[in-house]
Amino acid sequence: MKIVVCAKHVPDPNMPMEVDTGTKRLKRNPAQSILDPSDEFGIEIALQIVEKDGGEVVVLTMGPAAAEDALRRAMAMGAGRAIHIIDDALAGSDALGTAKALAAAIKAEEPDMVICAVESTDAYTGMVPGALAELLDLPQVTFARSLAVDGGAVSIQRATESGYQTVQAQLPALVTVTASVAEPRYPSFKLMMQAKKKPVDARDTGALGVDAGAVGESGAKEEVLTVELIREEKQGVKITDEGGDSVDQIVAYLKKIQVA
Amino acid sequence: MAKRVWVWTEVTDNAPHRGSLELLTLARALGTAEAVVLGPADADALASIGNHGAAVIHHGDDARYAEYLAEPQAATLATMAGADAPDIILFSSTPSARDVVSRLVAKLDVGIIANATDVAYDGDDLRVTVPWGAETTGTVTLNGSKPHLVQLRPKAFAAEEVGGQAEVKAVDVAIDDSTLRTRVVENVVEASEGPNLEDAAIIVSGGRGLGQPENYALVEELAKTLGGAPGATRAIVDAGWVPYSHQVGQTGKTVKPTLYVACGISGAIQHIAGMKGSKYIVAINRDPDAPIFELADLGIVGDVLTVVPKLTEQLRNS
Repeated sequence: MKIVVCAKHVPDPNMPMEVDTGTKRLKRNPAQSILDPSDEFGIEIALQIVEKDGGEVVVLTMGPAAAEDALRRAMAMGAGRAIHIIDDALAGSDALGTAKALAAAIKAEEPDMVICAVESTDAYTGMVPGALAELLDLPQVTFARSLAVDGGAVSIQRATESGYQTVQAQLPALVTVTASVAEPRYPSFKLMMQAKKKPVDARDTGALGVDAGAVGESGAKEEVLTVELIREEKQGVKITDEGGDSVDQIVAYLKKIQVA
Repeated sequence: MAKRVWVWTEVTDNAPHRGSLELLTLARALGTAEAVVLGPADADALASIGNHGAAVIHHGDDARYAEYLAEPQAATLATMAGADAPDIILFSSTPSARDVVSRLVAKLDVGIIANATDVAYDGDDLRVTVPWGAETTGTVTLNGSKPHLVQLRPKAFAAEEVGGQAEVKAVDVAIDDSTLRTRVVENVVEASEGPNLEDAAIIVSGGRGLGQPENYALVEELAKTLGGAPGATRAIVDAGWVPYSHQVGQTGKTVKPTLYVACGISGAIQHIAGMKGSKYIVAINRDPDAPIFELADLGIVGDVLTVVPKLTEQLRNS
């Protein structure tokens, strides 16, 4: 079983997100960026499948040089090798452009399964996995809260708005996973050291055979016209509670807004 | 010029999805509203869609659309749009809509904007409003060929009954067997107690700050005392404390109650996206620098495990 897991290097979600009103892009500070926490769930379940059934986990990312940190982290968790799509021509790619570049790299690997997070933690459009499945002509099973591989098929519990569905597809297939699918392992120091020596295969659009005009800013169909700061200075009241002494004030407030 | 607008309308067990009905309100404002329904839908369901403003319903009633995930729907939409492209196709932000539209965007090689809250036209130019985080709003357009695809957050518009009657046209696209690859084997509804999260006027939500799964009961008790619904952050849903149906936020539900009480919630962007439309926000959290306090009308820096039970008790006694 060969599994390709797509991963992304994103600004630490615990830090406030800022948009540069000049470039109209998300401000990215490599020093405060990490492997997207949502990708760790996919890496973990991929490792568990391979540990049980044999095979290999390949981690794939697209991004500037600093994105290699995300790949090293995934390899410290246990991924055997990595592919890094890196090319200035890819800057400003929209979801479809991103999917085109990722699809080219995945196609060459001929995996049994492709695993993505439901959405990235920075842009959270959730459009890349489905576009990727279409470009690779793979079935997609999405929003997995549990995942099992049996013989040549994958079966998931798919989270829905009111509960879940059991969904099945033959492999090869693309799967998107939620955080319920597996609890990510924490890499040991030894594994982190070993991961530094694992191979990272860097590829540009030329090596992938991707038309540089179809990706990046030139290929993007989405154009941001304006970005506005809408920071509302809410005149909220903040009080510090000592042993429950704020409760009177909360009750008074609820009465004032007529909900209690 | 008035635009031709399709709304991909989700129908489950003969009930049109509220998010789809909301988009018909927007579609009518932009031009001619046409619903596309792929899968079984009875006369009442179709009448409701007409009543909410669709002038035309393109109905493909093949049951296999419901038995398989996105692929047959995306293929049919691509064929329909290829033959007779509207200006724009609107999708609500549901898991199923996301599956369909993300495949469709690659099939048609057109532009897509997700997480939008508004769509307008400036002459022929599309203007889509997209909130980024809690503090920024972008205006985005799409270039390239039509149809343009936009996925909108629920509750951006009110579903309006306008008393219209739709002309129902059969979709004459045959399903290609090669698209029947992802089968839905079973559908399970997980019952939740109390008022529906999306309809509740009061929501009490809990997050990681509750410390232990057992402490979620404090949130449920306060919600019950206030006659509201209990909600949750993605973090505690992922951790398995409560079912997904409780999740408020980007990948969960968008809510707009009169009162939102955030208990032990720091205020991650994803959560804020789902609740910032609440009229009044009360936040209780130990960390004085938690981003949730920037949104709160009343912020309590304190221990939820002390404050919440006392609050519930006092409300019960008053």
